[in-house]
Amino acid sequence: MDVVSLSRWQFGITTVYHFWMVPLTIGLGLTVAYFQTRWYRSGDEAYLRLTKFFGKLFLINFAMGVVTGIVQEFQFGMNWANYSRFVGDVFGAPLAMEALVAFFLESTFLGLWIFGWERLSPRLHLATIWAAAIGATMSAYFIVAANSWMQHPVGAVYNAETGRAEMTDIWAVLTNSTTLAAYPHVIAGALLVAAVFVGGISAWLLMRDRPLPAADRTAMHKAVRTSIYLTFAMGIAVAISGDYQAKLMFEQQPMKMAAAEALCDTEQPAGLSVFAVGDVSAECDVRTIVIPNLLSFMATGSFDGKVEGVKDINAQYREQFGPGDYRPNLVITYWAFRAMIGFGAIASLGAVVAWWKTRKGKDLPTDKRWLRIGSIAIIATPFLANSFGWIFTEMGRQPWVVAPNPDGIPELRLMTADASSPAVSPGMVWTTLIGFTLLYGSLMVVELFLLKRYVQAGPEAVMPHAPPPEPGGDDDTDGSERPDRDEEADVLAFAY
Amino acid sequence: MELSTFWFLLIGVLWTGYFFLEGFDFGVGMLLHPLGKTEQERRVLINTIGPVWDGNEVWLLTAGGATFAAFPNWYATLFSGFYLALFLILIALILRGVAFEYRGKVDSDTWRRRWDLAIAFGSWVPSVLWGVAFANIVAGVPINANGDFTGSLLTLINPFALLGGVVTASLFLLHGLHFVALKTEGDVHHKAVAASAKVAPVTIVAGATFLIWNQVERGETWTWIPVVVAAVGLVASVLATRAGRDGAAFLGTGIAIAAAVLALFGSLYPDVMPSTTDPAFSLTVENASSTPYTLRIMSWVAVLLTPVVLGYQAWSYWVFRQRIGTRHIPPVHVPGAAASSGPA
Repeated sequence: MDVVSLSRWQFGITTVYHFWMVPLTIGLGLTVAYFQTRWYRSGDEAYLRLTKFFGKLFLINFAMGVVTGIVQEFQFGMNWANYSRFVGDVFGAPLAMEALVAFFLESTFLGLWIFGWERLSPRLHLATIWAAAIGATMSAYFIVAANSWMQHPVGAVYNAETGRAEMTDIWAVLTNSTTLAAYPHVIAGALLVAAVFVGGISAWLLMRDRPLPAADRTAMHKAVRTSIYLTFAMGIAVAISGDYQAKLMFEQQPMKMAAAEALCDTEQPAGLSVFAVGDVSAECDVRTIVIPNLLSFMATGSFDGKVEGVKDINAQYREQFGPGDYRPNLVITYWAFRAMIGFGAIASLGAVVAWWKTRKGKDLPTDKRWLRIGSIAIIATPFLANSFGWIFTEMGRQPWVVAPNPDGIPELRLMTADASSPAVSPGMVWTTLIGFTLLYGSLMVVELFLLKRYVQAGPEAVMPHAPPPEPGGDDDTDGSERPDRDEEADVLAFAY
Repeated sequence: MELSTFWFLLIGVLWTGYFFLEGFDFGVGMLLHPLGKTEQERRVLINTIGPVWDGNEVWLLTAGGATFAAFPNWYATLFSGFYLALFLILIALILRGVAFEYRGKVDSDTWRRRWDLAIAFGSWVPSVLWGVAFANIVAGVPINANGDFTGSLLTLINPFALLGGVVTASLFLLHGLHFVALKTEGDVHHKAVAASAKVAPVTIVAGATFLIWNQVERGETWTWIPVVVAAVGLVASVLATRAGRDGAAFLGTGIAIAAAVLALFGSLYPDVMPSTTDPAFSLTVENASSTPYTLRIMSWVAVLLTPVVLGYQAWSYWVFRQRIGTRHIPPVHVPGAAASSGPA
């Protein structure tokens, strides 16, 4: 394989991996902050237990997100030097802002949150988890803005003398319509990940053979409730934001959307392909199950709108940019799009099942093996939906790394094939590709092992100082009570 | 002052912040085995940096991001040119970061021993390699007309660069010792003070040789000033350690780090990455920088936000200002360990 292909594999593997940790960090950070707020306001110990339990799982995951994030920033320069030279004047700005605005906030305040139990006032301590969660949520904005510029370059000109893109309007870059559409989709997707993670684990703890102590049961019931509502809300939010984003994409990146539908020829009206049998890239008429007119509606808002097909767009591109094949990989684009939607839908269905099984205050059944397995298995689905969403949007952009903006400056474009690092040899990328893959693979085993261990142990394992739960006793334990202890003589409330 | 020069200075400031802060937490990682003879002592060491190491590491991300934004050509040449060295640094930083969070999550000696090795490896490797990298940056590397590095990993291994590695490693080690002396009590504290006297001579000799070598080859007249300041900082830190003034000793090595970065950046300017192939191919603050518009925007962002970041980061250090010792370390409490209690 050549340097470009190897570098693409490496970027794909490391980025999909990193983006398993990211949505959970964003979503679970906000969820834990919400639990802690509920505890702070009401003094209800159940929410303290949820804060500590899911806070611990959050930290196990966060560590991996941080360290794999450094690789992300370095890779642009390491493997994509020509890309970096071409876009740096524009693309570097949101990246630097991400570090300065978001990463410092996130990491500093998370340190304060982890080690600040009993050292900060409850109010200040609550503020630290919000600051960390908001930092994580803001970091996504800057990176989505950077990515959106690759999908839809705005706010810049092409300088023929320097041969690069040069920024003319930072505001246009930061408020790119592509960013404004993608960001809500990304955040809703992250919250969906967290909602199903919290719900799946809580439901499993309630259904397993070894019963939970009463205090933990109460807490997990609340977590399941929260998860159901959040999953419904975010399921709807990803669908609406995704639909809006798709309409925009039909205008900004028609090739990507035509590929997503394996729409070979321009059609008016166009039907939506639900499912295909056969090789979508080879034949034009493999789209077996088609809902008439629906694609026209999705793309244009009108049931008989015209939707351009892959062949026609390819011909237009040839005319504009010279000979070549401007189609992305149709098989991956078509199926990744469906996998994204499918896995997202399964996640939402899980919430429907949970809602049905717990309606009118019913307890989850403890004798249904399929429910127990399902509650753990379903946690994977929103992660997969996130992965396939990114695989779709990044693979659908090919062969461009910076896709030309149909209403913008045509010179603001760069082929992926021209973007790699001349100083890097295939042997070097093989070394790092194998190295990262092995290391990431082993660390995934460790992370899953730790998550499993802490989930199985339940909340009681992470609240050593809590009073023993009293079955049948009333729930007036005031968790917010903090006796003033002599700081010097006390052991650390939290220590590594 | 030209904006590109201002940004060159700012990149220098970011690396200074990074080496000042992560320098001591690298030091603590390197000291894990030499100073931490028992599990309790190792936990004391790790907990001195527990709340802050991650925030310290963001200085690296900021230096990287700022270089990308302000000097895209420098970022591209440096990161693709030093490809394998940076790969090693990344592997080290990944293992180290995960190790801090995971080592205490399972109550098993084998488990902890492995992560302790990861912390030591993850702290030594970048401490040496950052010195190697910066020595090569100031000395110059083969760069062609396109601005691409044309050497190999072996090009980066030369006497001056290796000495640079010794300098950063010994400097971070000493800085870490002074941090441990400042932040701990009891045995760990005494051991750190005693070790400082042994490490300091190595740091001073290596640092002086390296900086004077650099001065003779390519220094400006004015960069003798930071060289002298670095030397004074190191000597003062030795005297302060002897006098039992831990804070002053830590400040001394901190000043030495800042002065060394200034001396190197001063001798580099106006190049950012000189070419040994042909001086005409050298990357300079002019030909490697972004447009004035981008630099102006980024200047506003940096000027407005850096004080805020420094403010809350300083506050977090204030919150965790308490010295810690083995008596502050709680018993191990993890799932699977049936309430095993360590010595309190």
